[in-house]
Amino acid sequence: MSLLELEDVSASYGYAPVLHGISFGLEANRAEGILGANGAGKTTTLRAISGMVPATGRIRFDGVDILGKSPDRIARMGIAHVPEGRGTLGGLSVRDNLRIGAYQRKDRKQIDEHIEFCLDLFPNLRERISSNASALSGGEQQMLAVARAFMAQPRVILLDEASLGLAPSTAQRVYDAIRRLQTETGVAMVVVEQNASLAFSVVDHALVLETGRVSIEGPKESLMGMDEVRRAYLGG
Amino acid sequence: MAYTIQLIVEGFATGSIYGALALAIVLVNRSTGLINFAQGSMGVLATFVAFGLVQLGAPLLLAMLVAFVFAFVFGAGVERFVVRRFEGGDPDTAVVVTIGLFVLIAGIAALIWGYEPRQFPSLFPPQSIEILGVFISLRSVGTIVVLVAVMALLQVLFRFTKLGLAMRAVADNPQSASLSGLPVSRLLMVGWGLAAVLGALAGILVAPQLFISPTMLDFALVYALAAAILGGLDSPLGAVVAAWFIGIVENLAGAYIDFIGDDLKIAVPFIFMLVILIARPQGLFGRKVTVRI
Ligand SMILES: Nc1ncnc2c1ncn2[C@@H]1O[C@H](COP(=O)(O)OP(=O)(O)OP(=O)(O)O)[C@@H](O)[C@H]1O
Ligand SMILES: [Mg+2]
Repeated sequence: MSLLELEDVSASYGYAPVLHGISFGLEANRAEGILGANGAGKTTTLRAISGMVPATGRIRFDGVDILGKSPDRIARMGIAHVPEGRGTLGGLSVRDNLRIGAYQRKDRKQIDEHIEFCLDLFPNLRERISSNASALSGGEQQMLAVARAFMAQPRVILLDEASLGLAPSTAQRVYDAIRRLQTETGVAMVVVEQNASLAFSVVDHALVLETGRVSIEGPKESLMGMDEVRRAYLGG
Repeated sequence: MAYTIQLIVEGFATGSIYGALALAIVLVNRSTGLINFAQGSMGVLATFVAFGLVQLGAPLLLAMLVAFVFAFVFGAGVERFVVRRFEGGDPDTAVVVTIGLFVLIAGIAALIWGYEPRQFPSLFPPQSIEILGVFISLRSVGTIVVLVAVMALLQVLFRFTKLGLAMRAVADNPQSASLSGLPVSRLLMVGWGLAAVLGALAGILVAPQLFISPTMLDFALVYALAAAILGGLDSPLGAVVAAWFIGIVENLAGAYIDFIGDDLKIAVPFIFMLVILIARPQGLFGRKVTVRI
């Protein structure tokens, strides 16, 4: 049984259907990529998992049905969503953002250790630890968003276009850290990206969404070999 | 000179009452982005609960505590069952809803207790003390001390406790807070509950001075709104400083500027408010928001 399992999931905003029966599974300790053009439904897929849009079908996490539960309950069960646009708490300091990430944890000593781990992972954040998140650059905010998700010690991280709006070198640094996070902690991830080479630096398996349906899926190597994937998402 | 100082201290004390209500308005505004026009009448209702208990023979402090508990539950309930339905929608609608609540709650209080003004016991002894030739009532001193203590408590809550941190996070961005597992709806209820307790405190402080009646906080609410806006709406300290300022200006202007007198003195703080807001649109202590687009 997969750690996270979507079966025939559909979702809509009001009357406009956006997802049409998506199915996939995510094993523990693995990272699954979701590629697709603008408007394909990648963000909506993540929102359906974290309970932010109503959906139908079946979504199971660790064997438990989570469809229909509220976002905060799903988060407490161990799914951390790093939303598109980062969603940091702008009026709170970097440290407070990290503490909010660890909100449901009680192990204070470990929390401090994990804050240290985050600051090692993202040295930029160490210098800005007391600044308000709204004063950070886009790249730093993305780092903070990822670090905050890690602070929850989730079993799954949902990552939505962490490279959006970043300079290529910054995006690369963010993804290097994400890969380190994944390999060192073994947390499972769903990585949504338009930049497939960045996604492939973390995931070993991916699917391609087209207008709300899964059009292709497979291991990284076979996807990278496909002409249509190379043309659309790998820039060549 | 002694008279002026006396007026200033009394202004401070009245300002402290506006301040308690202004803090409530800021608290609600920070957590839900709304201005709760019913804040005053909710405070009145809780004060009447204390009044009823005192009439039954309960000691004032106990009656006050029960009124605070009542206010907390009532405030949380208002958020949960009324305001919740309008959050995240059109803010104008929500504001009209709170005005409706204001009328409704005042009406309920009037229905149960009537409009005849009645004596409410004071928390403080009626004596005055003399400091360097200036007579200052213990009531004024007590009121100021209470408000300063409340501010200190709120400061501790928001700066040093996990609950306060969570409330700040929800005020900042509820959706994002929920993604970290914060029980957003419960935290909003706590925010409204705490605000209602502050409103009850304002009512209990004001009632002995004015007699208890369903309309006793109406003027205070108007001043508290002015103070909250003047202070910057997101700054508790700003709201209280502005409330003190308003209390003092009101008192001095009423006494020293002949043509103002009692009828017009309510307008004085508003003239100040206009002038200050023209110069500093974000209020005295409000943060200038730089929006990232
Ligand atoms: N809040 C919303 N209300 C109505 N329609 C929406 C909303 N959010 C997204 N949509 C629509 O749903 C479809 C899928 O959107 P979604 O955000 O999931 O795409 P995406 O794959 O994440 O795209 P992008 O790469 O641009 O982020 C789009 O057609 C979009 O217009
Ligand atoms: Mg998207």
